[in-house]
Amino acid sequence: MSSLVRELERLKENFGLILRHRMGLVGVVVLVFFGVIAIFAPYLRTVDPARTGLAINVLKPPSSEFWFGTDHLARDIWSQTIYGTRIALTVGFFAAGVTVFIGTLIGLLGGYFGGRFEEVLMRIVDFFMLLPSLPLMIILAALLGPSIWNIVLVIGITYWPWTARVIRSQVLSIKERAFVEASRSIGAGDPLLIFGEIMPNVVPLIFAQVILLVTEAIYAEAVLAFLGLGDPRTISWGMMLNFAFESGVLHRKLYWVIPPLTCIVVLIVSLTFLGTAISDILKPGYREARGL
Amino acid sequence: MKGYLGFAIRKISAAAITIFAVICVNFVIFRLVPGDPVRLLFSDPRASAAQIREMRERFGLDRPLFEQFLAYLRQLFLHGDMGMSFVHRRPVMEVIMGRVPQTLLLVLTALFIAVIVGTLLGALAGWRTGTRFDATVVSFSLAMYSIPTFALGIILLLVFALILGWFPLGGMYSVELSLTGWAHLRDVAWHLVLPAGSVVLWYIGEYVILTRSAMQDVLDQDYITAARAKGLKESVVLGRHALRNAILPVVTVTGMNIAFAVAGIIQAETVFRWPGIGRLMYESVVRRDYPVLQGLFVIFAVAVVLANLIVDLIYGYIDPRIKVGGQG
Repeated sequence: MSSLVRELERLKENFGLILRHRMGLVGVVVLVFFGVIAIFAPYLRTVDPARTGLAINVLKPPSSEFWFGTDHLARDIWSQTIYGTRIALTVGFFAAGVTVFIGTLIGLLGGYFGGRFEEVLMRIVDFFMLLPSLPLMIILAALLGPSIWNIVLVIGITYWPWTARVIRSQVLSIKERAFVEASRSIGAGDPLLIFGEIMPNVVPLIFAQVILLVTEAIYAEAVLAFLGLGDPRTISWGMMLNFAFESGVLHRKLYWVIPPLTCIVVLIVSLTFLGTAISDILKPGYREARGL
Repeated sequence: MKGYLGFAIRKISAAAITIFAVICVNFVIFRLVPGDPVRLLFSDPRASAAQIREMRERFGLDRPLFEQFLAYLRQLFLHGDMGMSFVHRRPVMEVIMGRVPQTLLLVLTALFIAVIVGTLLGALAGWRTGTRFDATVVSFSLAMYSIPTFALGIILLLVFALILGWFPLGGMYSVELSLTGWAHLRDVAWHLVLPAGSVVLWYIGEYVILTRSAMQDVLDQDYITAARAKGLKESVVLGRHALRNAILPVVTVTGMNIAFAVAGIIQAETVFRWPGIGRLMYESVVRRDYPVLQGLFVIFAVAVVLANLIVDLIYGYIDPRIKVGGQG
């Protein structure tokens, strides 16, 4: 376990490096900003975002009553935007969790055991990587029915092979190192070697994968919702755009389009910056180049 | 040449196996999940009794699952039959093929522009690593690469169609004008600018990032130092020695890009109502036209496998080391 503590210590150091990386800093600040909005959403909203209003309040431009205006069902756009943050981050983190879990498990087992077992696993991985991901997600989402948990599942099913590949190649190099051999020689079994010795060493990589996958998942949810596959009970940013698009007023009601569009773009771009910063930092020689 | 033939045969058979696997997966997906298309067909109010009877016969829908699978393979391979569209009431294959040319026009135009602009920008950024120009190009590319294409499309739509009024809001040609000949082509090109633009912006990011890092690798090589030591002008070193070698990875990525482009195409065509297979996918989702969705999934997957195969074959031809590598 001591190696896990050591890795966590290193993670803390790496976090300091992220804050000193310009793109990383932008990513962290924006993520914290949206995180705070998501947590305090019930206090920030003005009304229930899903409650349809009176017919006279349909498609009202921004006012003191409706800060961002109302949609085609007289629902409050400000409150929808606030709650959309919650949905984006929830789907993002849960889907990343599912993906990392499946991918890490398969990557660890494949890399550790090797041989025929690994070969079969990697064939499956390669095959899944070749399937065009958006059509696959569209079909699964359409067949499974609209619910955010189905979207989480669909994203997990589609993206795990990428994680599995990355983790596997790391495991291949780690399992040859002396400390693994040392543990084995004093009688450590497979489970202890995999989860006690090797896994702690892939933690930084898993961490980088999480940010990458959260970005992909938020992206995927936005696209699926925009294409009309969202959960009607939870209004996400992509769905707001889908409503505006389907009502044929996308280009006439800017107050309806701009809030969700801005949120999607800002969140996804800053997460990508954060991901880039993390992969920069994990590159060998990053510290040395900066005299750290 | 004999080595290459063996390599090519290996690649082609691997691709054939993959396509077969895709077709099997397609069958399984649509049978295992709750929304079984067969039951959906029977409960679909748009299907007539005669249609249902015919489908039942052709696809052996009342027989055991394995026989259904054989019927599915037989219809697909012998007749190119993927069933009937609920909405269009025509064979799925016919509906899809009617949309393919429009998509090819969009993809190939976008790819052509993106390869040229992206490669040049990336090469220049790699050549001038660490400068302000490099930093600007890299963050711009990252941003363009990460923004969902539908969001990028909406932004282009708002700015260039709505606010500036330079381009139409969508569609492929001005229906009300019924133009012919050159005027029609010009009209189509005018409609193509924004949807292609949103795909190009997304593509460019990838090419920039790729060519930039390939360029950085190449610049570390001895022959570049040698070329400089000979006293060649920087522009000659860049154009004749560095760029040519940095371009190899671009070939590989172009193949894979066709695969990833599928996602961008679906989004761009949807936003701009471009009548290709991407827009068809959106329409089929909205109208729950499952047979067409199923057909599109196969078509997209096969296109991806074939694109990868072609790139592998070209790459193996250009770079002899690949063949020696055995598996490639």
